[in-house]
Parts: sequence; C-alpha cells; structure tokens
Amino acid sequence: MRSQGYYKAKRVIINALIHLFLIAIAASCIVPMGWMVSSSLKTQETVFADMSFVPGELHFENYLLAWREGGFGRYFFNSILYTVSAVLGIVVIASLAAYAFSRLRFPGRNILFVMFVAAMMIPLPGSFVALYVLLNKLHLRNTAIGYILCMISVGLSMSIFLLKTFFDRLPRELEDAARMDGATKLGIWWHVAMPLARPVLAVVVIFNALNVWNEYVLAMLIFDDKALMPLQRALMVFRGEYLTNYPLLMAGLTITALPIILVYLLMQKYIVRGVTSQATFG
Amino acid sequence: MKTRPELENYIFILPAAVIFAVFYIIPFIWVFQLGLYEWDGILPTKAFVGLANFKEIIFEDRIWWSSMRNAGYITLVALTLQNILAFLLAWACDRQMRLKNFYRALFFIPPVLSEVVVGLVWQWILDGNYGLLNGWLTRAGFPFLARSWLSDPQTALTTVAVVHCWKGFGWGFLIFLAGLQTIPRELYEAARTDGANAWSCFKHITLPLMMPVAVLVAVLTILGTMMGFIMIHAMTSGGPGYHTQVPVLHILSSMMPPFSRFGYACAQGISVGLVLVALSFIQYRFLSMRRDSAWVDQ
Repeated sequence: MRSQGYYKAKRVIINALIHLFLIAIAASCIVPMGWMVSSSLKTQETVFADMSFVPGELHFENYLLAWREGGFGRYFFNSILYTVSAVLGIVVIASLAAYAFSRLRFPGRNILFVMFVAAMMIPLPGSFVALYVLLNKLHLRNTAIGYILCMISVGLSMSIFLLKTFFDRLPRELEDAARMDGATKLGIWWHVAMPLARPVLAVVVIFNALNVWNEYVLAMLIFDDKALMPLQRALMVFRGEYLTNYPLLMAGLTITALPIILVYLLMQKYIVRGVTSQATFG
Repeated sequence: MKTRPELENYIFILPAAVIFAVFYIIPFIWVFQLGLYEWDGILPTKAFVGLANFKEIIFEDRIWWSSMRNAGYITLVALTLQNILAFLLAWACDRQMRLKNFYRALFFIPPVLSEVVVGLVWQWILDGNYGLLNGWLTRAGFPFLARSWLSDPQTALTTVAVVHCWKGFGWGFLIFLAGLQTIPRELYEAARTDGANAWSCFKHITLPLMMPVAVLVAVLTILGTMMGFIMIHAMTSGGPGYHTQVPVLHILSSMMPPFSRFGYACAQGISVGLVLVALSFIQYRFLSMRRDSAWVDQ
C-alpha cells in the first residue's frame, strides 16, 4: 500500500504542472501586448536595439505625436462615432424586430425570421464585392452613413436572434397589464419589454461594439478619404506610409487596443454569456 | 384604433427588413448574378460569359488553388493545435475552480483584439532583423534558429497558422469550458466509486459528452479560418510570393486594381462558399449520426 503522503504529493505535483501549463499560455496572451506598449515608449533610435520590456527612458510624448501628427485622435473619434451610431441603430432596430417576431402577428413572420437566421449560417465570402458595387450606386461609398448602415446590417441577425429568444421566455403578464391600461404596442415595447430585456441588451451592446470597433474589410472598401477612416483602417494606411516608424505605430496600436481591453475586462460576464449563447445556438 | 393592427405590426419589422434587404439580400443575389459576367466595376456594360469564370478558377487559376491549399493547411493546424490546446486548457480550468476566472480573463484577450492589431504586433515581434522572438532566441543561445519568420517561404505559412491559433484558441476554450460545466459532477463521483480512474472517467464520460461541442467548435473553426484573411493581410499581404495567400485575400486582389475583375471575384466567392457549406453540412451530418447512435443513453 502506498502511503497517504504519496497520493498527496502526487496530487500537488500534478496540480503544479497544470498551473504551470495554464500560466505559460496565459503569459503568451499578455507578452505581445506588453511588447506593443513597451515599443510604443521607445524612440526611433532605441526601438530596434533595446530588447528590454521597460525601457530606461519612457517616451510618453509618442502618444501625443501619434494622437496629433499621426492623426490617431481623429481616427479615434471616427471609430467612436461609428461604434456608437451602429450599436444604437442595432439595439433599436433589432429589438423592435425581435419583439415583433416574438409577440406580434403578421403575414410572412416565420419566413422573415428564417431568413434572418439563415443569414447567420450561410457563409458567402466575397459578398463585399457586391456590397461595394451597391454602395457606389447608392452614392453611399466614402460616407459615414453608408458605413454605419452596413455595420447595422452586419449586426442585425445575431442581435435579433438573441433578443427574440429572450422575449420568447419572458412572461406576458406585465405586457397584458400595460395593454389593459391602454398602452400602445410601441409603448409596451419601450416601457415594458425593453427595460426587462436589459441583461440581454447588454450582451447585444458589448458584442456589437467589439465587432464594429474591430471591423476592417468594409472600412477598407468604403473609405478613400482619410478624414473619415476608423482606427483599424488608419493603422494599415499609417503602416504603409511610415513603414518603419515602429514607436508611433505601436502607440497607435495601443490607442486602438486599450479601450477594447478595458471594456472587455469590465464587461467580461456579458461577453462570456454572448459567446456561450452563440455556441448553444449552433 | 385607426390603423389596422397588422399594418401597425409591420412598423416594428420594417426598419430591420429594409436594411437587411438592401445591405444583405441584394448583395447576396448580386454575387451570384455578377459571377456570370466579366466586368471591371466601372463600365456601364457587363459582358455575359456564362460559367467561364468558374471554368477559369478550376482549370487555370493556380493561385486560387494554392490559396485554398494554404487555407486548408492553416485550418488543419487550427483544428488540431488550436482546438486540442483549447480543450486541454478548458479541462484544466474546469478542475481549478479558484483561478478559473483569472485564466479565462487572460485567454480571451487575443480574441477580443482586432485582427489588424494582432497582425501588426506579431509582425513586429516576428521581424527578421529586430524582432523580439529572434532577440530572445539569440540571447538564449540558439542564434541559428533565428530567421525571417514571415518572409522565409519555408516558415511563413506555419508562422501565420500559429499566430492564427494564438488569436483563436480563446473561443474554443470558452465554448469547451461552458460545455464541460454542463456535465453533472455526480457522473464523475459515481464512476469514481465504481473504481474508475481519471483516464477512464475522461474517456467514458468527458469525451463522449463533449463530442457535440467538439463538432460545433470544429465547424466554427473551419468557417472562421477558411474565411479569415485580415491578420494575414496585416502580417504578410499573402507573401512571400503567394506562400501565405488565402481565398478571401485572393478575391480582394481580383477585385482591386490592377485586375478589377468584379465578376471573377464574385465567382471565386461562390466557389469558396460552396466548399464551406459542403464542409459544415458534412460535419453536422456526422454530429446527428453520433446523436442517433452513440449517445442515445444521454
């Protein structure tokens, strides 16, 4: 018989190995980000030679330079504008539609809903080619509104699906009571259903915000005018123009990545919920 | 009530239906239509060429084939390396209740970052002359291992695939973790009391119950990887040569000057789309077969 101590030691060692493995992978997730921030604080002279993570002199003025001369200030506000407008649009339009799919009767309801869901499942790489042609025809290319409308359309399916599933599970008593009091359908949607849907609305907001903030392809196809570009697109243009100005490029990357990491760390629970609900759907 | 109730109901659905029809359905249909034409995107007239674009893709476009091969390679790496890693991490975390949230928070940082950010940061780290990786290799005493990871034809594709796995494993991890947590603990306890060891618990409880989740993750991995291109665009732009070219990047370059072949780009999109639909169909069939046979007792 092996002693109790043997099993205890074995468990401790296995646990330590598991943690070592987990920590190694976790470190690999952070180190590149650390290197990005570190490089953004070096100068054009030191960035190629200095391999230290915490450079001797911290050149925070790179951020000022990137913000002003690199134009990242303007791109940052463009990204904020597009993200806020698209997410607002998605929340209003998707929740109206989801409420209708869940509660209201009208001809064509099921077919329409199936189409929205099918849009999530059918992959068509290259549909951006036709979208580009369409935006050109509508004179929406190189406009903020064209980009925002596209991003709303991208987010609709998933958001409608999430919200409809939620409304389906919601008891109807509160809505019935409001109807007795003479509330209109729109009134019930806004005053009764929407406040109740807050938890799932949070998932919809966070998910779409990440999505719009990180979007690149449509931004590349839609914007020629630098003044209209969001951060993701501007980063690639900046890289093309100042091929080796790594400190400023890394400062721009940090400006782009930091808000997302912060939002993610604060809103983790909603993101996890979003991913897992997406998973259970499939 | 003044308006008919059904008309009022359409108010709810109208904005979504209009945006969806204009920005999703119309382009979707146009792709199939344009695929039959030769068109530069500017001229008002398009030349109808029937299936000639598809013929050209299959019989003449060597870059299309090599881009499919490259994407297939990256997908294979992602299916094995990335998903096995994701599963092992989820399995390890599922047992470690205390630090689970901490690890989960870190593992999901790469997926929330944009592909542009990830691509550009890794390009800098993997730089042949001044990159962090080569710097570390040299300092650790392996200078002979240092190379231009992304511009050496021998390593470029694998390097891109590994970065892709780094970016993506967090998704699989989250889904696997959620799946593992739905397995009732009592199952394990019962097996334990029957004398099963850790390995047979894993083999007879965890693995079969996680099969549907694994298929789902595999489908998501295949779709995501085969359609991914922005990170590669940021890291190598498909180079050196066409060693890291992938289908959607190829579609994009067909559409852009100097080629400006909109119809051909659409035909390429349809071809890739068909392959993807076929692949996920096969996997769902596989899943439902398993559901019918192996895990009825669930």
